[in-house]
Amino acid sequence: MSAVITASGLTKRYKSALALDNASFRIEPGRIVGLIGPNGAGKTTALKAILGLTDFTGELNVLGFDPRKQRDKLMGEVCFIADVAVLPRWIKVRQAVDFVANVHPRFDRAKCEAFLARTKLQPDQRVRQMSKGMIVQLHLALVMAIDAKLLILDEPTLGLDILYRKQFYQHLLEDYFDENKTIIVTTHQVEEVEHILTDLMFIRDGRIVLDADMDAVGERFIEVMVGADKADAARALKPLDERQVFGKSIFLFDGANRATLEQLGETRRPSISDLFVATMKGTYA
Amino acid sequence: MKTPAWKTMYWLVKREFWEHRGGFFWAPIITGGVFLLLNIMGIIAAEVVGARHGINFGASGGLRRVIADMDAGDLSQVGFALDVAMYSAMGLLIAVLGFVVFFYCLGALYDDRRDRSILFWKSLPISDTSTVLSKVVSATVLAPIVAVATGIIVGMLQLLILALTLSFHGVNVWQLLVLAHPFRVMFNLIGYIPLYVLWALPSVGWLLLCSAWARNKPFLWAVALPVATGLLVSWFGIMGLFDLPTTWFWKNIVQRGLLSVFPGTGSVFGHNGNIAHSVAGNPGMDFMDLGNTYQLLASANLWIGVVIGLGLLAGAIWFRRWRDDS
Repeated sequence: MSAVITASGLTKRYKSALALDNASFRIEPGRIVGLIGPNGAGKTTALKAILGLTDFTGELNVLGFDPRKQRDKLMGEVCFIADVAVLPRWIKVRQAVDFVANVHPRFDRAKCEAFLARTKLQPDQRVRQMSKGMIVQLHLALVMAIDAKLLILDEPTLGLDILYRKQFYQHLLEDYFDENKTIIVTTHQVEEVEHILTDLMFIRDGRIVLDADMDAVGERFIEVMVGADKADAARALKPLDERQVFGKSIFLFDGANRATLEQLGETRRPSISDLFVATMKGTYA
Repeated sequence: MKTPAWKTMYWLVKREFWEHRGGFFWAPIITGGVFLLLNIMGIIAAEVVGARHGINFGASGGLRRVIADMDAGDLSQVGFALDVAMYSAMGLLIAVLGFVVFFYCLGALYDDRRDRSILFWKSLPISDTSTVLSKVVSATVLAPIVAVATGIIVGMLQLLILALTLSFHGVNVWQLLVLAHPFRVMFNLIGYIPLYVLWALPSVGWLLLCSAWARNKPFLWAVALPVATGLLVSWFGIMGLFDLPTTWFWKNIVQRGLLSVFPGTGSVFGHNGNIAHSVAGNPGMDFMDLGNTYQLLASANLWIGVVIGLGLLAGAIWFRRWRDDS
C-alpha cells in the first residue's frame, strides 16, 4: 500500500515566526504516529496543513489528495479531533448524531449509538451541560463511527482526568484501530501514548528532528545507569544527556555500541519523555 | 459514496434552525403574541371608555345601516382596510425579522470561529461554499418563511378579533369578512420572499463577508467601515468628482449595504417614489400586490445589488476557506 501522507519541504511562515521549516516526512498506513514537540514547535501547524486548514509552501499529499485544492474530498476520508471543547455548545447529543449521520457518507449510526450507550450521555443533553470528559466521549463516539482512513488527534485528552484519558486511548485501540487505519496524535502527556505508538516523530522549531518507528528507537537510544567510578568513562562516549538519580548517573546515548555500554552499567530502553527532554534541551533557553 | 448536495443543504439549514431557534422561531412568535395582546388591550380600553361615556354606535343599528348604505366602491375600501389590518401584524414582524437577519448574518461565520467549533464543522466533508450558502438560505428564505407564516396566523387572528368586536355591536361578522382578501394577502406576502432574497443579497453578502473576515467585533467593522467612509466622502466632497451629490453615497452604499436586510426597503427606496405615487393615485389598490412590488425587478438598483452581493459572498466563501485563526 502507498503512503498515507507524503510531505516534502513543508514550510509555513506566520508574520513573526517560521512555524514549519522545510519539514519532510512520510507516514505509512496502519501506523499510530506520535507527533511530539514543545509548545510552539509547529505540531498544530503541521496537522492544519494536513487537514487543509492552512496554506503553506512545499509538497503535501494526503491519501492521494492535495489538501489545499481537494479539501472537501479529503475530509470524507479523514477524521479530526482538536483539543477538547470544539463541539458547538448549543448542540444536543441527538442533533449531533443526526447531523453527522446525514452529511457523512461513511458514518455508521448504529455503531455510534452503541458507543453512546456505554456512556452517561442523554440524547437531549446539550454540550454546554457536559463536563469536558463527556464532550470528548461524544466526539469520540461520533468519530469512531466514521470509517475513515486517517484519524488526526490534536491534544485530544487535554484537561481530562486520568479515568477519561485511559478510557479514551483504550477505546481507540480496542474498538477503532486496525491495519487499514492510521492515527496521528499530538500530546504533551507522552507517558500515556508511549505504549500505543508504532512510530515517533519529534518536531522542534518547525523541523522534524526525529522520525523513527518504536523498534528503531529502542535500538538506537540506550540509557545506562553508571556508578560514580565509571562516570568519566561514560562521559567520554559523548552522551546526549546526563542526570543524577540516587547517587548514580543515568546517561542517554544515541547510536552507541551496546556491548560497550553494558560494561559501564545496567542498560535499558529510555522512556519517550526522557528522550524528549534530552532532545529538546535548550528549546526555551 | 457521496451525500447528495440537496440533502447536505437541507441538513445545513436545519442545523442553522437548531442553533438560532430563538431568532428564527421564537422572536416572530413572541412578537406576534405581543401584537395581539396589545390589540386586545386596546379594544378593551376603547370599549370601557365607550361604555363610560355612553357611546354605543352599534346597538342602534347605525353602523349596520352605514354598511348597508355603502356602494361597491365604499365596500372595497372596507375590504382594503381589513387587508391593511392583516398587513399591520406583518409590519411589526418585518421589523423584528430585519434585526434577526442582520445580527444572524454578522454572527454566522464569526461565532464558530470564536468558540473554535469551526474545527468540528470543518472536520466534516462539507464544502465551504455549501456552508456559506446554507447561511444565505437560512437568512433570506428560512427566516422570512417563518416570519410570514407567523404573520399570516397573527393577521387572521387579528381579523377575527376585529370581527368579533364588531359583532358585539350588532354588525354581521361574515358580511365584513367577505370583504377582506386573506388569501390574496397571504399570496402577496409569500410571493414577496423571492424578491426579498434578491434585494437583501448585497447586505447579506456584506454582513457575511465581515463575519468571515473580522478577527473580532464584526459588528463594528460592518457598520463603522461604511459609515466612516461616508463621513470621509462627505467631508472631502469626493462624490463631486463623479458629479454626484454626497447623499448618493449614503443612499446607495451605506443604506443599501446595511439596511437591505429589512424587508420592504426595496419597495420603499428601490424606485424613485413612483410606487408610492401609483398607490396614492389609486387608493383602492393593494400596495402589496405582486404586480406592483415586482416592478422592482425592472430597476437597475436591484440587479447591481445582486451582482455586488454575489461578489461579496464569493469573498465570504474565500475567507471561510482560508481564514486561519482558530
